[in-house]
Formats: sequence, C-alpha cells, structure tokens
Amino acid sequence: MAEDPVGTGGTDEVTMRLWRGDETGGSFTDYVMPSQEGEVVLDVIHRVQATQAPDLACRWNCKAGKCGSCSAEINGRPALMCMTRMDSLPVGEAVTVAPMRAFPILRDLVTDVSYNYEVAKRIPPFAPRAKTADEEKVGGYRMQQIDVERSQEFRKCIECFLCQDVCHVIRDHEENKTAFAGPRFFARAAELEMHPLDVNDRRQLLQQEQGLGKCNITKCCTEVCPEHIKITDNAIIPLKERVVDASYDPVAWLGRKILKRNKRSPAEAAATSPATGPAAVQPRTETNGIPAPEPATAAAAAPGAGDPSPG
Amino acid sequence: MPEYETYDFDVIVVGAGGAGLRAAIEARSRGLRTALVCKSLLGKAHTVMAEGGVAAALGNVHPEDNWKVHFRDTMRGGKMLNNWRMAQLHAQEAPDRVRELEEWGALFDRTGDGLILQRDFGGHRFARLAHIGDRTGLELIRTLQQKAVADGIEVFMEVKVLRLLQDADGVVSGVIGYWRPSGEFVVFKAKAVVMAAGGVGKSWMYTSNSWESTGDGHAMSLWAGADLIDMEFVQFHPTGMVWPLSVRGLLVTEGVRGDGGILRNSDGDRFMFDYIPSMFAAETADSEDEADKWYDDHSAGRRPPELLPRDEVARSINSEVKAGRGSPHGGVFLDIASRRTAEDIRRRLPSMYHQFKELAGVDITAKPMEVGPTCHYIMGGVRVDADSTATTAAGLFAAGEVAGGLHGANRLGGNSLSDLLVFGRRAGVGAAEFASDRSGPGSLDEGQIGATIDAAVAPFSREKGENPYDIQHDLQDTMQRLVGIIRTGSELDEAVGQLDALEDRANRVALSGGRRYNPGWNLATDLAAMLTVSRCTTLGAINRKESRGGHTRDDFPKAVGEMGGLHFVERISAQGAGAEGVGGTPSIRSVTVDPEPVPALPDDLNELLEEAN
Repeated sequence: MAEDPVGTGGTDEVTMRLWRGDETGGSFTDYVMPSQEGEVVLDVIHRVQATQAPDLACRWNCKAGKCGSCSAEINGRPALMCMTRMDSLPVGEAVTVAPMRAFPILRDLVTDVSYNYEVAKRIPPFAPRAKTADEEKVGGYRMQQIDVERSQEFRKCIECFLCQDVCHVIRDHEENKTAFAGPRFFARAAELEMHPLDVNDRRQLLQQEQGLGKCNITKCCTEVCPEHIKITDNAIIPLKERVVDASYDPVAWLGRKILKRNKRSPAEAAATSPATGPAAVQPRTETNGIPAPEPATAAAAAPGAGDPSPG
Repeated sequence: MPEYETYDFDVIVVGAGGAGLRAAIEARSRGLRTALVCKSLLGKAHTVMAEGGVAAALGNVHPEDNWKVHFRDTMRGGKMLNNWRMAQLHAQEAPDRVRELEEWGALFDRTGDGLILQRDFGGHRFARLAHIGDRTGLELIRTLQQKAVADGIEVFMEVKVLRLLQDADGVVSGVIGYWRPSGEFVVFKAKAVVMAAGGVGKSWMYTSNSWESTGDGHAMSLWAGADLIDMEFVQFHPTGMVWPLSVRGLLVTEGVRGDGGILRNSDGDRFMFDYIPSMFAAETADSEDEADKWYDDHSAGRRPPELLPRDEVARSINSEVKAGRGSPHGGVFLDIASRRTAEDIRRRLPSMYHQFKELAGVDITAKPMEVGPTCHYIMGGVRVDADSTATTAAGLFAAGEVAGGLHGANRLGGNSLSDLLVFGRRAGVGAAEFASDRSGPGSLDEGQIGATIDAAVAPFSREKGENPYDIQHDLQDTMQRLVGIIRTGSELDEAVGQLDALEDRANRVALSGGRRYNPGWNLATDLAAMLTVSRCTTLGAINRKESRGGHTRDDFPKAVGEMGGLHFVERISAQGAGAEGVGGTPSIRSVTVDPEPVPALPDDLNELLEEAN
C-alpha cells in the first residue's frame, strides 16, 4: 500500500537515537527505521512506536505546529518534532531526540511542564477599561488594527515552552525557578501591558518577583521560537524599559498623570491574580496530580552530560 | 479492591477545548465547585487548530446581517435536518459570546472603524466570521484558558476518562479515568457532568483531527444510556493537504477561498462552476467575471461557487479527481498566489504560509496548493435539549462537537467555534442548575469502578496478543475505504463485518511496559470508543438510503424527500449483551438504530427560510 503509515517500504534507513528512561535515569536507544519521503521527526517516532516500541512515551497532539505539545531536543537543538523535517537533518547520521532539559523527566521524551502552568497563575489577569458611551451603543470596543497587532504577535504563542527550555536562567539553575517567570511569561506580560484595553499594572511584580532583571538578553528564546515571535526585542526589552520608567522616570510619571493613563497600582494588580504569594512560583508542587520528583534527582536524571547545549 | 483516588466536585467537565472551557467558566461563575478533566495539557485541545473564524451576525462589515439570516444559512447548509431550536439560539446568541471574548482579552482583527472584522466563508450570505488571521482557534482557546485560570477553576490535565459513573437510580454522578503520566486511577464524583470531549476523526486514515479525536465522549455517553443522532453525517473538509503523505489530511483553511482563492483542475479549469446545485443557483455566480467582482463588492455580483457549503465543494473535488483531472498527488489546485499579493497572503493567512513552506516546501505566494477532502468534523453526536444541553441520560450534559443537532446534515465553516461558545455556556448553565437541585452525588457503584479498572489493565496480563497500533491502522483503513466521502450499500455492509472482527482483535490486545505514560496503553483504551462511534456512523449510513449533506451514497445519489424528515438514533440495546465489548464496555454488536421524525419548524421560523430565499 503506497500510504503505509507504519512504514515497511523504502530502501534507505535512518537511525533514531531516542532517550529512554524516567526520573531515576535512562539512556539513548537506537532504532533503525526505513526512510520515507517528506517525513518529519514525529512521523518516524510514530513508526517506532507502531513497530518497535509501543510504550515509547512522546507527547503530541496536532502534528501541525499549532498546539506546541511535541517539544524536544533534536540533535541537541530545542524544536518541535512535528515541524522538523527529516530532510533538514544531516544525512547518514543518527538523529538524536532527547526530552527538554529544563524540566523534570516524566518518561522517555515526556517532561513535567507543570512549572509553566504554575507561573501562568501568578500573572495578574487581563482587566479591561470601561466601554465608552459610543462603545456601549455599538456593543463592542473600538481598537485600531495597528494597535492590536503589537499584542497579537505575542498571542501567536503556542506554549511549546521551548523558550523556557532554552533559557539559561532556569536551564542551568534549577533554583531560579522560584523567582523567574521565563520568556514565555514575559511575552505574556508584554502582551497584557501592550493590550489596548488592559488597565492592570504588572511592572513592579515583574521586577520584584518574576525576575525580569535576570534576563541578560542573549536571545536564545527568540532563536528557538517556532512562531518566530521576537521575544527578546519586542517583549523583554520593552518590558525592561517600562519597568525602569515606572521606577525611576519622573517625566513618565508626570506624563501618566497628565494623560490619565489609569493603570491599576501594582498591589491591586497582584491582588487580582488568582495565585498570590511572595514567591513567583512554588516549584514542584503536586497540585496538578503529576508525581513530581525531587529537584536533585531530576537534575541528575536529565540527559545533560554529553548533550550539546543549544544556548 | 483496586486502588484509586477520589475527588468531589459539583460539576465535572470532561474536555478542555472551547466548549468545555466555556462550560466550566459558566458553572464556576454560578458559584459551583467546578473542575475540568482533559486528556492533554491545558490549551492543546483540538479547538486550537480551528483557523478561519467564528461565525456571528455582528453586522460589522455588512450591517444588513442579523441572526435571522445566520439562522437561515445554517438551516440551509444543514439541509434542514438541523435541530431548529439550536440553530435559532446559536444565531441569536453568537454575537454576545464573541463580544464577551473581547472583554476577556481576545484581540480580533479590526475593521477600519475599529470594530471586529469579519470575513467571508462558504454558505454564509454575508461576511460573518470574526477572526485573527488564520489562527482563530488558538485565540479562542487561549482567551478561555486564561479566563478559566483567572477564575481559579481546577484543571486535571492528562487524565484519560474511561467511563461515566451512575448512581443506583442511573443518574450520572461522576467519571473514572487514569492519570496518563502515572497510570494511576482516579474517580471524580459530581452532581452533574458536562461532556465536551470533541470529535471522532481519528478513526479515518486522512483527517485534520489530532490524536485526541477518538470519539470518547460520544461512546461514553452512549454507554451511559444517552441517545446519539445523525452519526452518519461526517464532514469531509474540501481542502486538506495531500502531499507529503505524512501530512496528508492536514487542514487548509476555508479562509483561503474566503479571501479570494480559487480551485482549478489539471486542465486549468475553474471547475466549481460545473457543480452548482439548484438549491444554491439563485445566489451563486455563473461566470468567473461575476464571481471575481463579488470579492470587493458583494452587490456587484453573486457569490463565487468556491464558497458553496463544504459538502458540495468536497464532492466536486472528489469527482474531478475521479475523472482524471486531479493534481499530481491526487488532489486539485487551490490558487491564491495569482489572486492576491504576496504581502496580503502572508498577513491574512500566516499559518497557511508557514505550514506549506515548512512541511511541503511550497511557497503559497508563488505557487498553487494541492488540496483534497479530509475527514474533519462529525455533525452527529449526543442528542441534547437545545436550551439546557441535557442529554437523555440524567445528570449528563453535552456541548461542542460531541453534541449533535445544530448542524444537521452539514456544518457551515465558522459555525463550530460559535457552537462551542453558545452551547458551552448553556451546558454550564444547565449543569449548574441540575447540580444545585441535587443534594449530593449519589453513591457510586464500587462494582462498576472495579470492573472498569480490571478491564483497563487486562492487556498487561496477556503475554501474547494484538498490537493496538495495528488495530488502529486497520480501523482507519476500513473507515477510509468503506465509510468515506462516497458510500455504497455493499461496502457499508462489509464495514460492519470488519468492525466486528476488529472488536474481537481489540479484546486480545497485549501490552508491555508499565502504565506510566504508555502510549500503547493509552491507544488501547481509546479503541473501545473508536470502534463504537465507527459502528454508529456505519449503521446510520446503511439506514440513510439517500444522499444529503455530509452523507453521499453512490447507490442512492439523490436526496429523498421522506428521508429529510428523519433522524437515525443510535442506542445500546440490552439484548445485545451476548458479545464482549472492549475494556468492559458494551459490545458494538449491541448498538441499535431507529428512525425518528424531525420536529417541524414553527411557522415564524419557517417564514424566515422562505422570505430570505
């Protein structure tokens, strides 16, 4: 059958070097598969599951680059398995696929990304301004296309967490997770800060509890973003400027007074966040029910040694 | 007794796509202890893949649009088999649901005067789809996800739900499933359950659906005593990718055609002009000249035939390919490159540009796409009361793709996202009211819980047996070949026999490895539902001896008047208990099908259909 998806046809072979294991340890295992035209890495993994290793753990959903589930480190580089074409990788060499290194291993290629969902709870949510009389009449807000486009860039984010994975602040320093939101959530904060309707003010929170200052703009996050969002240039740097303005710039303060930009106070903003507290995040809690290994164990289990860092 | 943990809520929502999220937000806003249980991570559900937009008669682009026209378009698109009350509520409430998203942070594309922009789509008389480029589903799910998080709704991610649980009176009182990461079992007690588990497309070989669309919600509801209706109506979206093979079926948004894209065959002919059905002839252009004028000024000409409802376009493409006028990889050409500037295409259709560039190596601003029909959506589903979304199983509510009725025999593009919002909210209301009237969840049947767990882990104790991936592959092959876009009686009968054999094989699945994040096991537990919904679709298709909407019979090529007045309803028969189902579920051999008359439209709504013609 020409469309045989479990793959027996084809003459050339490819070696898939896949990390197998769990939080207690593991190693790479080679699977030799026939090559097929036009495939992405995830296709070959699926064929490995169907023919050789039915219990090979791999998280995926859409296989179309839209859901951001199948993040991994392919030949050492963080990428989506569904958007990495096999013919873009060096011919004749084994294709190495490892789980994301910044997160605890659950099993094989699947990591526990609950850290990200915990950080998300700490971001004071969207709070719109009141409608004008005209808007009440037409029933909806008026915003210009040019004004929504800035935030729309960040709303393209598919939450693959590759930017979090590659960010050295947490990739190499587990302890920073308690006080660092990471590029994904700086982009989220930027999106809200630049939202034409939002009145919450997240600047002090970003500075004091979410570790914006720890980012030293190496742009690794921007490089790996499958949606090509300019996280560093368009989100993090403007946020840093806004935070500085909020803290030190009397002219900007005066401007806000004159222009009546009614941002809520940082305290009010924090109070509306569903999960408030001194730390940006409580790491490794079991609130979502996923069994979480101890940080030390997880660090030891990560396939870090000999794994080229893409930073 | 097998071990499991237990949680207790007022309302449990199964599924965290658009409908589930919207239902949970509504139930929570009414003060009920509400939790979401979903098979994947939050924000990854199939809604995220919706592209073109959400249909709502806001009237921002065409002020003459209103709910009555939207109602009429939906009924006509559904070939009048729609649940009229659902179609009415949907058309009336969609605009408020869209505006509400904006109040929760969604950023739709804008008109010149700053309102929500709307785009043209097949079957909609006016430009009606609120959108964000071609990633509307992502915006919708992210907005609802962020609202749900802000509201403090508890989310249980990566939990595969196996069965609904009922109390001694048969009232749905909870669900049982397992954590995919740990493989441990978990029971959620609830006073009401909302089923919002999405579609069934993964039972076909070429589909736009993600792995999650295995019909869990349809099957679990059926097993718990709920009726399914219209299951023979499966929508094959006209434009899926056909090449490379590994992405065959991946969706190409209808927005390409809404924004000016046209279909050509290998002779270069714009063939859709040859396939205009009489029902739509009065409102469809009959020359390229007239059609091309329409894009800029809807009063200058009638609609291009590329924007006929999806069933019409899919069948036409199928006919062209069969007649030998297809593209090199077995599709037809969808051309936007010669019709719009490269900059326009990249701005209006960014993810299509990206998708073809990265997966097929095709630059759609320079070359046409190759496209063909792909299994996309099931119109049929759990029968619900239009106002409350109550199913025929007490305590169970259903919304979104898993629910049947709104779309009749064929869904219009854009009506799915609005469906999620309108009936997701109504399910939240319905479940909240039911839960509030109930003193507490009834006592659960420990026997049912134990049996479900035992059946789920049974494949691990078999030393030798079937590979679940082989069964899935063979099921997809059966459904694609025998219950696909064009059907015929003998092939449907053949499918019944093959499904029986697949059920027997699924009962012999053997698994290795542990229960922790084991995709082989996860697939094995999906098979029962996949087989069940496939059986329902096949039985409905056998009984509907006509062609209508998403159901085309080669041996009955015309719509038959009397069939237009009938639904086919699937149920589990108590008599069919002879054979063994997969994982302790009722056997697919116990599914029965009965005809039931379609309720008549009230006069005032009937007039809307006539006067707008």
